[in-house]
Amino acid sequence: MTLPEPYRLAAFVLGALAFVGLNAAYLVWVERKGAARFQRRPGPTEVGPEGLLQPIADAIKLLSKQVIVPPGADALLFRLAPAVVMAPALMTFAVLPFGAHLTARPMSVGLLLAVAFGSINVMAILLGGWASRNKYAIISAARVVSQNVAYEIPLLLVVITLLMITGTLDLSEIVRQQAGGFWRWNVFKLWVNPLMPVTFVIFFICLLAETNRAPFDMAEAESELVAGAFTEYAGMGFGVFFMAEYANIVVGCALATALFLGGWQSPFGIGSGVGWFLLKLYLLIFTVVWIRWTFPRTQFYGLLNLSWKILIPISLGTLGLTSVLLKFIRP
Amino acid sequence: MKTPLRELWTGFRSLLTGMRVTLTQFFKPPVTVPYPYATLPIPERYRGHIELVRDPETGMSLCVACKSCEKACPSGCIVVEGIKREGDKKKSPTVFTVDFTRCSLCGSCVEVCPTEALRFSRRYNLAGTDREAYFLDLLKRLQAQAASTPTPATKA
Repeated sequence: MTLPEPYRLAAFVLGALAFVGLNAAYLVWVERKGAARFQRRPGPTEVGPEGLLQPIADAIKLLSKQVIVPPGADALLFRLAPAVVMAPALMTFAVLPFGAHLTARPMSVGLLLAVAFGSINVMAILLGGWASRNKYAIISAARVVSQNVAYEIPLLLVVITLLMITGTLDLSEIVRQQAGGFWRWNVFKLWVNPLMPVTFVIFFICLLAETNRAPFDMAEAESELVAGAFTEYAGMGFGVFFMAEYANIVVGCALATALFLGGWQSPFGIGSGVGWFLLKLYLLIFTVVWIRWTFPRTQFYGLLNLSWKILIPISLGTLGLTSVLLKFIRP
Repeated sequence: MKTPLRELWTGFRSLLTGMRVTLTQFFKPPVTVPYPYATLPIPERYRGHIELVRDPETGMSLCVACKSCEKACPSGCIVVEGIKREGDKKKSPTVFTVDFTRCSLCGSCVEVCPTEALRFSRRYNLAGTDREAYFLDLLKRLQAQAASTPTPATKA
């Protein structure tokens, strides 16, 4: 199972690129099909059986379009932004624990790396919005920053809560600690902290906000900001932003799976493997789509109020409760 | 302390209720009609362009070429000419055309017709690429209908 190092690296780089590409392309299809079914429509049906070739048709269309840099825009940053938005998502795949032996680079600081690279995404949207020299794009860039600053805090507080329980930043080790049935998963560890499900919900809400998904897609609020930071992007520039959105969703949901839902561990304690990880991952992704097509976009004030007035106090509360319980109840 | 927590809980529960509603819709079949492949039934009283009614006994038009419709038409888009054929008691139309580009579907012609020889068709796929497609010859249309659905009289 262990290849020589350079081959192993090449295999993982190729694998991660293929996985991201496939997911980005087919999650668009899942999104469109899911949206359609939630609205009782058939969705894409024309290109291939059940519209399965639609992502390929879309990609060909986007690739054949001209990438226009608007006059007065900062050409370098404008072209750089799509690359900056895509790269961190790809980097994070290095530490995601897909299976017991299926991690590109098991790192003792894996979770830290994932969280650190996760926030570069924001900077890329800021760069893209700023470089576009378009008022909608700049409003969107400003929104993205304040939104992500607001949601990074509860996200990290929740992650710290979890860290106090696991005592390690190594994602594979965190998953290994959750072995042996679904009651051992972090989300159900009620004897450590009765509020564990609440921390999972907070993590998931922050994940939606960090990936700029509806109902928190203030950055791309079509009805008010045209397409926000992506307004001036045409062709594959836009396509890469689009792919990065889905890549970030995959990363976020994979993190949620590994941190709270026991990663590759089977819910019955036997037969653990990559299949369980992917199943949990795609169930979470389906939930993301489900939420998008259930709730309307929030107001920007509502968005910030939710974070500062509700999520941060609650996550601080769970953090405090966990530390107290860990100190006094467990030896 | 108690009220905000309760508000939070009811708010969260309402979100879950919303998600349950959308999920039940997710598993129901689509309600849309994939139009070019399937069509909805056209209602009986649909008002398409006018067409001639066939006499169920003779299979011919009920029209007596009285030109009432031509006179009643506010847009002047109907042209009727008729002759009295040998052995017939009444006149029959030789020309019956409608310029559908000018028709406003007011239905005056249908109302005024003394023999109820006119009715609205249920044709609704009326997109076309040239103007000529809308100069309708209703006699030809009647013949085409007779050819596709023969009445007992014409069969015999």
